[in-house]
Parts: sequence; C-alpha cells; structure tokens
Amino acid sequence: MTATPTPNQKKQRSPKKTVLVTGAAGALSQQVINRLRGKYQIVAVDFRELTFLSDDIPSYKIDFTKRVFEDLFKTYAFDSVIHLGRISSSEETRLRRYNANVLGTQKLLDLSHKYGINNVIVLSTYHVYGASAYNPALIDETAPLKAAELTMDLVDSVELENLANIYLWRYPDLNITILRPCNIVGPGVKNTMSRLLSHNYSPALMGFSPIMQFIHIDDMADAIELAHKKCKRGVYNVAPNDWISYQEALDQCECTAIPIPSIPPSVPKMITRLISLKMFPSYLVNYFKYPVVINGKAFEEKFGFKPRRPLKEIFRYYREVKD
Amino acid sequence: MGLKSFLKKTLVSKELDEKLDKIEKPVGSLGYDPWGFNKDTSKIVFSMFGSIYNKYFRVQANGVDNVPAKGPVLLIGNHSGQLPIDGMLVAYAVANRDKSPRYPRAMIERFFPTVPFLGNFLNELGAVLGDPTNCARMLENDEAVIVFPEGIRGSGKLYKDRYQLQRFGSGFVHLAMKHNTPIVPVGVVGCEETIPAIANIKPLATLLGVPYIPVALPVVLPAKVILNFGKPIYFENEDLSEEQITRRVEKVKNSINGLIAKGLEERQGIFE
Repeated sequence: MTATPTPNQKKQRSPKKTVLVTGAAGALSQQVINRLRGKYQIVAVDFRELTFLSDDIPSYKIDFTKRVFEDLFKTYAFDSVIHLGRISSSEETRLRRYNANVLGTQKLLDLSHKYGINNVIVLSTYHVYGASAYNPALIDETAPLKAAELTMDLVDSVELENLANIYLWRYPDLNITILRPCNIVGPGVKNTMSRLLSHNYSPALMGFSPIMQFIHIDDMADAIELAHKKCKRGVYNVAPNDWISYQEALDQCECTAIPIPSIPPSVPKMITRLISLKMFPSYLVNYFKYPVVINGKAFEEKFGFKPRRPLKEIFRYYREVKD
Repeated sequence: MGLKSFLKKTLVSKELDEKLDKIEKPVGSLGYDPWGFNKDTSKIVFSMFGSIYNKYFRVQANGVDNVPAKGPVLLIGNHSGQLPIDGMLVAYAVANRDKSPRYPRAMIERFFPTVPFLGNFLNELGAVLGDPTNCARMLENDEAVIVFPEGIRGSGKLYKDRYQLQRFGSGFVHLAMKHNTPIVPVGVVGCEETIPAIANIKPLATLLGVPYIPVALPVVLPAKVILNFGKPIYFENEDLSEEQITRRVEKVKNSINGLIAKGLEERQGIFE
C-alpha cells in the first residue's frame, strides 16, 4: 500500500502487462481487479480513499487533477487503463464531482495519450440519457444525452461522456471503450439503487413504477474484463435482456414502498429535497417516474457478452441481506 | 402472496391462462417486456374485460379476421371518447378472436406516461408511448400495432363533432412503407357516445398539463360499440414527396370513413 508514487525510481517494467484501475475503493473495481490480477500487473488508484488490496497490488490515493498523478505514469509503464473511478451522483458535492469526473478524467486521458496507452475503458452510466416521459424503450447508443437538461446534478456524467467521446475520435490510438451500464447492483454496491433495494422501506412515487434494468456486479465486472480483453473502441450500453418495474423490484426484495405524492410534478422534488435522503436524491426523482430502458444488443454482439446472473438471483441477495 | 398473484389466481381460469399463454409474446424472466407489458396484469384485465366488452358495450366486431395471423400490421382507426376505451376494445377483439388471436400494442398519446397510475397500467396491458422509434421496433418484432393518427384531436373532440375525422398524422404511412407493413383500417362506432363532451375547459387543462378537461357526465355510458375491420391496404416502399404521402393517408382515411358509415348504418340505436 502506497500513499504517493515514487517518480525518481526507474520506470518499472513488469513481465506482465500493466493495468491502471481507478476507483479502487469501489466494489466493482475490486471485482475487476480480482479477475485481472493473475494475468496482469495491477496498479490501483482512488480519488476518495486509500484502499489496501494485497501486497502485489500497489494502491494510491491521488487527486487526478494534481501533478503528482503523472508520477504514476512515470513510475509504471501502463499498457491499459480501466477508469471506473467515476463518482456517482449520490456522492460528494456537485463541484467535487465535477472536478473528479470531468477534470480528473480529462487529465487521465491526456496522460494516457502522452504515455502511449492504447486501451482505455471508461465507465459511464445509463443516467446520461435522461429520464423523460417521451423516452422510447430500448434506447441505443446513438440517442442524444438529455440528462443535463433535466438537472445540473448530472452535468458531470454527461460532460465525462462528451469528453471521452471527443478523445475517442481525436485520438483513435487510445482505443477508448465507453460503457454505459444500467443499474449495477449486488454485494458491496453502494449506489442509490442498491441502497434502495437493501432497505426494508424505500420511497416510490405514487402511481409511477417505471421499467428498470439491473445488472449483477459480477456480470458487470465480466463485461469490463471482456471490453478490456477485446479492445474494440466505441460506446456501448451494457444491460441484460430482462426488465422489471421498480415497485415490483422492491416487492421482490421484500422492501415496502413508501409512497411519495407525485402530482403536481414539483411536489416529489420538493419533498425529496426537504427530507434530503441520500438514497433518494431529488435530482434522480425522474428516474423513478419515467423509464430509461437501454438496448445492450451492440455490446452483446460485438463482445459476445451474456450476463449470467438472473434477476431472481439479484433479488434473492437483497432478501437475504435483510434477514 | 402479492395482490397480483392473488387476483390472477382468483380471476383467471386455467383455460383462459392456457389460451393466453399460446399467444406468443417475448417477455423477460419476471413477465415484463421493455415497454412495460406484463403478462399477469394483461391476463387479469383480460378476464375482467370480457364482461365489459360483451355485456356493457355489447361489442360487435366485424371482419376481425382481416388482421393477418402473423407478421407486422398497423391497425389504424378513428379515435373518440375522451378515454382510450376504443383502443382497448380493438385490442380485445383481436386478442379474443378464435383464429390466430394476437395481443396488439396500442400507441398512446404522449401525455399518458405523465398520468399517475393510468400510464403504468396502460403500459402493463401492452400500450406503448406513441413514438416513431417505439412503433418501428414493434413492427420489427412482428407486432400488431394500434395507431390512432388523429391523436388527441380525435379523442378530445366534442360530441357535436362526432364521427368527423380530424387531421391524420402521416407517420403511420411512412412506417408502413419502411417496414413493409399492411394497414388494416378500423371504423369504430359507439365510443363517441360513451363520454359525450359538450365543452373543453382549456385553462384548467393547461394548468394541470393535460391536453383537455371535458365537460361531461362523470360516467361512461353503455353505448353499443361496432368495430368494422377493413381489408388490409398495402403501400409500396417508394421515394415519395410529402404530398404523395398525404394522398396515401387520405386513402386510409377514406377507407375508415366508409367503415364508420357502415357501422352507423348497422347500428339500430345508440344503446340498442
């Protein structure tokens, strides 16, 4: 475990290819690291906290926007980067999220270009499409990213995507693969949806139960491993071909829905702002009102990906954690 | 046991369950499709809707076998009656026919998803937001799709304008041509009289963000409904100007007008 890199030492060239994984404190990163550690030399980094993974995995806590971040690239000869260190919309303040997600990612991509890395995976989210009453189902990757017009709190998610897209076309040698997964859930996941499913009581908008998609953290880690292995640049949705309504999902997890008045439309936002629940932030209210159903076909076909954990297994886990 | 399971067990007979299971509808492991259709909800409503269809509206469906047994098809009808009852009756007629029953998907107006309870309920029955992308995907999936090209202009019109077709959008002709899909015209008679409206309170509708607030009796009247399904119309997929497309729209509109006239002739009286 290391707090800062040591740039003065000779650049370390491992017999194995070296992979930089960001977001090391998160459950998903750790799953991905576990899948790659035998085949690759892993270097882990996190913006938020220092995480001990194992003796053979150097781990750092670094602000990507600081100059010291480049020392990592000087110290290790990275062959690829897996950028999972996106701070989700339920964490941190808007400004810190913007700094980490947008400016931090820009720095990461600049350094990746400067140091000749030719395989970069960027984790995005389905939130970028925005939750609107007029969304068609099975949104594909060419759909406009409308999240920013709904709330300023999701601007960083859209900006991160735009940035990665610009680099994807400006520097094709980086081979950037952007993954837009549906709700990632399962053991260790601490995002909004996972918190809602874990509780005995969770809020739901009265009269609204949008169709949702869930992907098990293990399947998502498999998807990232596959994207890293096959290195086919582009933007891809990642979601299983299975769907369920939000309130039915709560029901399946033995979670009682607490109804929040839904009309007029300003009322639920006002209520959620007032009670300020971390697990049900006001700027995500529309995602519990209107469906954002994405089409994961392109990723399935191009990468041969098939999720293996069915919805029933996901919901069984959330039932068991309540016992 | 959840409410849905209880209702299904209580209301859906084994025969009906088996009959509806024979209608192919790709759904996920928990019975939902990406548009929100839910097999169990549709079975429950189907079991209850039989009485409404047969006894309350005493629906007479003529030519329902003009709807092809398989493949994509657009069912294009006249819209009326403030609520989407006409769409449900057309869907039930096709789903309940003896030969090759199908679950049609109704394209609904854009304001329905914003209405609490009703939007989700209609989705669970198979209704889908009336968006060209959705309709195209349905046709690619070989679905039977119900479209009312008048939209809210038709459903929200006043009683004095009954059976006068409003302006048709042309999107359905573009989709039919692009996806090589037959159009089955449907003339609906009777729904105009289910909720006769004498005025529309526009300021209140604007305030509530809904397209119209009719001044009408707070009941759905048991008018007799006649559905006349016409012969399929086929349009070649050609590179046409909007003017030529409009002529094709007019052809469908004329066909529906003919089917409405037929239904009005067949009707003995509004409630008979």
